[in-house]
Amino acid sequence: MSARIGVVTFPGSLDDADAARAIRIAGATPVALWHGDANLQNVDAVVLPGGFSYGDYLRCGAIAKFAPVMSLIIEKAQAGLPVLGICNGFQILCESHLLPGALTRNDHQHFICVDQKLQIESNETLWTRDFVPGQQIVIPLKNGEGGYVASEATLDELFSENRVVATYVGNNPNGSYRNIAGISNKAGNVVGLMPHPEHAVEALTGPSTDGIPFFTSVLKSLVGAT
Amino acid sequence: MARVVVNVALKPEILDPQGRAVQGALGRLGLTGVSDVRQGKQFIIDLEGELEGDRAELMEKLAGELLSNPVIEDFTLTVEN
Amino acid sequence: MIDSVDTAKKNPDTSQPWAELGLKQDEYESIKQILGRRPTSSELAMYSVMWSEHCSYKSSKVHLRQFADKAPKTDALLVGIGENAGVVDIGAGWAVTFKVESHNHPSYVEPYQGAATGVGGIVRDIISMGARPIAVMDPLRFGPADAPDTRRVLPGVVAGIGGYGNCLGLPNIGGELVFDESYAGNPLVNALCIGSMKHEDIHLASAKGVGNLVVLYGARTGGDGIGGVSVLASETFDADGPAKRPSVQVGDPFMEKLLIEATLEVLHAGLVEGIQDLGGAGISCATSELASNGEGGMHVYLDRVPLRDASLSPEEILMSESQERMCAVVTPEKIDKFMALCKKWDVEAVVIGEVTDTGRLVIEWHGEMIVDVPPRSVAHDGPVYERPFHRPSWQDTLQADAPTPERLPRPSTPEGIKQTLMDLIASPNLASKSWVTSQYDRYVMGNTVLAQPEDAGMIRIDEETGLGVAISTDCNSRFAKLDPYAGAQLALVESYRNISVAGAKPLAVTNCLNFGSPEDPEVMWQFSQATTGLADACRELGIPVTGGNVSFYNQTGDTAINPTPVVGVLGVIDDVDRRTPMAWDEDGDLIYILGETFDEFAGSEWAHLQGHLGGLPPKVNFSMERLLSEIMVAASRDGMITAAHDVSDGGVGVAITEMALRANKGARFWIPDNIDPFVFLFSESTARAIAVIARTEELRFTEMCAARGMSATRFGVVDSGLGADSGYPGEQVIVVDSLFTFTLEALREANEATLPALFGG
Repeated sequence: MSARIGVVTFPGSLDDADAARAIRIAGATPVALWHGDANLQNVDAVVLPGGFSYGDYLRCGAIAKFAPVMSLIIEKAQAGLPVLGICNGFQILCESHLLPGALTRNDHQHFICVDQKLQIESNETLWTRDFVPGQQIVIPLKNGEGGYVASEATLDELFSENRVVATYVGNNPNGSYRNIAGISNKAGNVVGLMPHPEHAVEALTGPSTDGIPFFTSVLKSLVGAT
Repeated sequence: MARVVVNVALKPEILDPQGRAVQGALGRLGLTGVSDVRQGKQFIIDLEGELEGDRAELMEKLAGELLSNPVIEDFTLTVEN
Repeated sequence: MIDSVDTAKKNPDTSQPWAELGLKQDEYESIKQILGRRPTSSELAMYSVMWSEHCSYKSSKVHLRQFADKAPKTDALLVGIGENAGVVDIGAGWAVTFKVESHNHPSYVEPYQGAATGVGGIVRDIISMGARPIAVMDPLRFGPADAPDTRRVLPGVVAGIGGYGNCLGLPNIGGELVFDESYAGNPLVNALCIGSMKHEDIHLASAKGVGNLVVLYGARTGGDGIGGVSVLASETFDADGPAKRPSVQVGDPFMEKLLIEATLEVLHAGLVEGIQDLGGAGISCATSELASNGEGGMHVYLDRVPLRDASLSPEEILMSESQERMCAVVTPEKIDKFMALCKKWDVEAVVIGEVTDTGRLVIEWHGEMIVDVPPRSVAHDGPVYERPFHRPSWQDTLQADAPTPERLPRPSTPEGIKQTLMDLIASPNLASKSWVTSQYDRYVMGNTVLAQPEDAGMIRIDEETGLGVAISTDCNSRFAKLDPYAGAQLALVESYRNISVAGAKPLAVTNCLNFGSPEDPEVMWQFSQATTGLADACRELGIPVTGGNVSFYNQTGDTAINPTPVVGVLGVIDDVDRRTPMAWDEDGDLIYILGETFDEFAGSEWAHLQGHLGGLPPKVNFSMERLLSEIMVAASRDGMITAAHDVSDGGVGVAITEMALRANKGARFWIPDNIDPFVFLFSESTARAIAVIARTEELRFTEMCAARGMSATRFGVVDSGLGADSGYPGEQVIVVDSLFTFTLEALREANEATLPALFGG
């Protein structure tokens, strides 16, 4: 019986099918979750995928945070459910206050889609166990509002508590403070990541297969997972 | 009838690339001495009846939670009758 | 006071603004003939938009007929010309639909929204066929790269395409970016979309079944683009700018994303009898086309149309081009389920009418009949013009001015040749386009196998089997100006070659024909030549035109743009794993050139850089192109080939540079015997490709080429270790024996600096 990982579809979500594929490749079963249903179908973990939920209207992720499924996810996440927010998903996690800080418009004001080099800083989260700290990977980055901002106090806290999950290497593609590409909550079960690991799971269609470990990592923490 | 106007802008310490771009453009078009430009949003909400009591409290709360992101934005709220 | 049918009958002599709406006197008379009375103002509005050039194709129909008349027989075509888009069978029960369209004038007026709504429009065409859109591409053409107006238009267009396409979740897998003086004041923004479906999902735009309901769903109707179609596309700009300042359509990609999901769900649930998207001419178009393709009759209650602006008159509602709207025909039994699915996606849907058997399209406004017309007269039987045409007076002189060495001296020294390559790869037309393409999402949907800067875009259709499709769009408008007949053929063979080089078998063609004013006999001659050339070429290559678009009136004053027949070829590949990318990889792999190189510089990039345009374009050789295609597809399928690249703009020199930069690995080359180095490196002869072959495959490959009569000459070898011996230790270099050495770093710097320097970092 393989692990079941939910992928939420909001109106405007785009990378939900790709997240489902990544989950399958990692050896788990993806479960489609609808934004309007406050029902997680007993999944073992949840992915909030990339896209433009609600058209990015008001602010990215601002309206999605009020979806019925989110109140349940917030509750479960606070109790330890593994949640991975990718790109728009990361924005939703910040708006929901499951993660600190916020994502703002890229400093150069363009949408940018590039194969981005990252350094994995922490393998203590449920989603990065299969990495080695300092490991460098290349996965696609594609967004217009990817600049991570937070107060100096928050940034210091994130680094000192080893909650910065990944940083940009070489160049800073969007103005994120301290080159932050991904962070986790204190317990390490909720991770927000700006780049897209689900687009680096097949050599045929991605720049590498460096994205797979994000999805295999979580399986290790799940009871009964094969 | 009440009209609520909520102005939202990025907190001063947050980089505002759009404001900066506008500042550059103003200068290029001849407006000298522009020391800063911040770009924000304005919400114009028309309500039936008066805005008072619990309703006013809720409006203030929503301005601070939905209409703005308190992590990076400040807001002002004025009521016109 | 409503101008109803009754009022029209009772007041036959009321003066009507047919000229202001873009109609000609004889067209107005023709409408009166058809109706047997004067039209109501609503009917006048409908005819004026539907009979505009953009909607009725009145100047082009007689020429476009050739695409059907000369169409080669093929089993692959499931839906041909005449529908929203062509549909091609790609095997295993899968079908692909694709089309390219123009949104030129709106993009000049409002670059972001013009380009964005262009993407929106073509995507809706694809979903109305029953397909899920799977990729987009954008052939873009602007005036000179350093012109102030280009700097006004280009960034907005690119941002608009990205802003809309990215939000829809469609990977942008290719396109073109061309700068030419001829497009100053008349940029060309063409948008292509491909969609995939199973055979049983194909839907057509027809309203069948008397009593079935007509549902309008999607965005509310507002004052967007009122008169945009008939005003914009049928009027040229005067020298000071747009002649009329119209209301440009504004797009909402989020609404379109919801529309896509809702439409696909209702289609897959079998809830739809017929479907049409609302594009140019909005409701006028959707209702008249659905009605004329179906039982022939429809009754519409216009006051039921949900409005964003309550002050709109019925005429304005009929002409509105508000975006993100679709029209479906649904049986009464299924309407509740249809509505429920729309509600799930938060898409507004309203029943606005029903199918009848009266043979008339009748529209009511608050109980009064304001339209009563035969729908075919509006949608299909519009005026057909046989515009006069004649060969331009300057054509002979232009063709006689060939770029011979005497006329246009060529570098012959190694330094001169080296400099030529540097100038070419840094020139705006050949420079790296990543400033543009990095603003587009290429990854969404996870099926993009090849994208810019590869020769073709390639999408995996079936994850189990690896079945995929490839597509490319091409046009060299300088060739078309020199000889429109040959130019159109050259566009086709280049596109055909591009997808063959990637390993896909060509199947079908779409086109976007961008020309000046059809009222100019010289432009009309170019158009007739180009369409004939394209139709003849399709027949030679055995692939049919499945649909396309015509954009006329691309001119400022008397100066028309170069004739620009953009051609897109779609091909199929059995297993995308076998595709042929352009980057070489292994040291020791051999580099071959297939095909023959002749002294052909007319219309070339090199001649363009010297400011010269004259002579006859490179010769087209259909049998060679077919042979090259077969060889490239076979080599890919049989695993003989590790990389390949089409040779076109800038010739062999530019092609090998592009391959080296993509591979980030050097190679050594030598000029083959018996050919002038400058000619070998920069001539733009057709039917050529560069193939990279592993040593272990060399014999098999060369024997195959020899057996089939394809010239294959080895002229290079991949080598990452050349740096030390050529004075650049530790660096990757390209060495061309006896001529020059370049570091990849120097080439990359020149190639990548151009667009950011022009348009901002």
